Amino acid sequence: MRINPRITDKLARIVLNTQAFFTVGILVIIILIIILKGAPHINLEFILSAPEDMGRHGGIFFTIIGTVFLVFLSILLATPLGVGTAIFLTEYTKESRFTKIIRFGVESLAGIPSILYGLFGFIFFVIKLRMGWSLLAGVLTMAIMILPTIIRTSEEAIKAVPRNLRIVSYSLSATKWETVTRVVLPSAAPGILTGIMLSIGRAVGETAAIIFTMGSSLRLPMSLMDSGRTMAVHFYILAREGISMEKAYATALILVLSILFINIIAYYIMNRVIAKYS
Amino acid sequence: MDVKIRIENLRLFYGMSEILKGITIDVYTSMITGFMGPAGSGKSSLISIINRMIDFEEGIRIEGNVHMDGSNILDGTIDQISLRRRVGTVFAVPIPLPRSVYENIAYGPRLQGIRERSRLNTIVEESLKKAFLWDEVKDRLHTSALKLSGGQQQRLCLARTLATKPEVILLDEPCSGLDPISTAKIEEALSELKKEFTIILVSNNTKQIARITDFAAFFYMGQLIEYGSTEKLFTNPSEKKTEDYIQGKFG
Repeated sequence: MRINPRITDKLARIVLNTQAFFTVGILVIIILIIILKGAPHINLEFILSAPEDMGRHGGIFFTIIGTVFLVFLSILLATPLGVGTAIFLTEYTKESRFTKIIRFGVESLAGIPSILYGLFGFIFFVIKLRMGWSLLAGVLTMAIMILPTIIRTSEEAIKAVPRNLRIVSYSLSATKWETVTRVVLPSAAPGILTGIMLSIGRAVGETAAIIFTMGSSLRLPMSLMDSGRTMAVHFYILAREGISMEKAYATALILVLSILFINIIAYYIMNRVIAKYS
Repeated sequence: MDVKIRIENLRLFYGMSEILKGITIDVYTSMITGFMGPAGSGKSSLISIINRMIDFEEGIRIEGNVHMDGSNILDGTIDQISLRRRVGTVFAVPIPLPRSVYENIAYGPRLQGIRERSRLNTIVEESLKKAFLWDEVKDRLHTSALKLSGGQQQRLCLARTLATKPEVILLDEPCSGLDPISTAKIEEALSELKKEFTIILVSNNTKQIARITDFAAFFYMGQLIEYGSTEKLFTNPSEKKTEDYIQGKFG
C-alpha cells in the first residue's frame, strides 16, 4: 500500500526540521556552557595581563600572542604554497598519472590525525633540525598540516571557474599567467578564502601537534626560536591538570570569540572581493 | 582591394576526421566577409585557426598556409599573444568577465600595459560608442557587466574586442542568441566598423549575410563551395548547392 504523498511530505518536513534544530541545539548548548562558565571571569585585565602561577592567576596575554603568531605565520606560509599547488594542478598540467598521485597524496594527508603531524614535527624539526620546541617548529608543522585543506579547497574553487572566462581572456591576448591572476584567482577567491578560514579554525584549535613542536612554555615568544603556548594548549593544560577551571573556561570563551572575530573579518573581505568581481 | 588574410589549401584534422578539406580563400582588407554554411561545415573551425584559439583543443592537426599581411600565422614560432592582439574575437554567447562594464572594456588595454586613467577612460568611451552601447551604459560604467541584457552584453563583448585595437575582428555567430532589435544594433555597428577593421562574420543566418557582408563564402562539409561578392552569390550563384542553401532548402 502506498502512503499518501502529502503525509510523507509533512513527515519529511518534521523530521528535517527536528534534525536541523538538534544540530543547532548542540552548538548552542556548547557555546552557552562556555559563556556561562567563562564570561564571569573575563575582563580586560584577563586579556591583557601575563599569566601568574601556571595560569592559576593573572591573564592569558602570552597565549593570545602565541596563538596569533602561530596562526598568522602558518597561514602566511601555507597559503601561497597551497594555492600555488592548486594552480599548478588545475591550470599548468594535464590530467595524468602524476597529477592523480599528487591528488591522492593530498587527500591522504588531509585524513592523517594531527598527533602524527606533531610526532613528525617533533622528530624532524625539533630534534633532527635542532629547532627545539619553538614557534618556528610549530609554524612549520602547522603549515604542513593545513596545506591539504588549502590545496583541496583552492583546487575546487579554481575548477569551478567557467572555462569560457579563460577563453575570453586568452582571446583578448592575455598570457596564461595573466589569465590566472586577473580572471581565475579573483573568481576563485571566495572559495580559496573559505579554505583559509577552515585552516585558521584548525590551527587555532589544535593542541596535540602544537605541544609536540611549539612546546607549552608559558611565556611571551620573542623570536621564532622561542617556545610558547597557544590558547588551546593553555586551555588543555589548565583543565587537564586541574589548575583552574574558571580560567580554562574563560580562555575557551576568548578562543571562541576570536574565531568569531576572524570569521567576521574574512566575510568582510570576501564580500569586498565578490562585489568587485561580479 | 588588398588581401588581408590569404588561406591556402588549409586542412584541419580532429583525430581521424577531416574537418576542413583544403580551403583556399582570400579575405580582403576593410570588408565584411561572411562565412555561412550549415552546422558542421567547418566555418567556425576556420576562424578559430585564424586567431589560433584552436590551439586550446587537443588532438588537432593543421596542414596548409594562412598568411596575414604576408606572414604565416601557422608558423610554430609565431607569438600567439601578439597574433591575438591583431585578431580580435567575439564569441557566439556573450561572455562578460565578472566585473564592471568599465573593467571589461579596460581588460585588453590593461594587458597591453596602458595604465593612465585618462587614456583608459578615452578608450572605454570610444569603444562603447563604436559598439553602439555608450548611450545605454554611460551612467552605469561601474556596475557589473553581468547585469546588462543579453543584447547589451554582446555589444559589450564587441566593444571589449575593439578596445584592444585589432586589425581583424572575427565574429562567430554573434547574434545567434539575440532578439531582432539587438541583432540590428550589432549589424549597424559592424557596417560602421568595416571602415577601420577587416571583419569576418560567421553566421548561418543567410539573411544577415546578405544584409551586411561585402563578400560571402559558402561552406559545406568542410569544403568551400562558393566564394564571391555577396551580391553575386545571392543573385546569381554558380553552384546549385549554394542556391539551395540560400533558398533555405537545407541548412
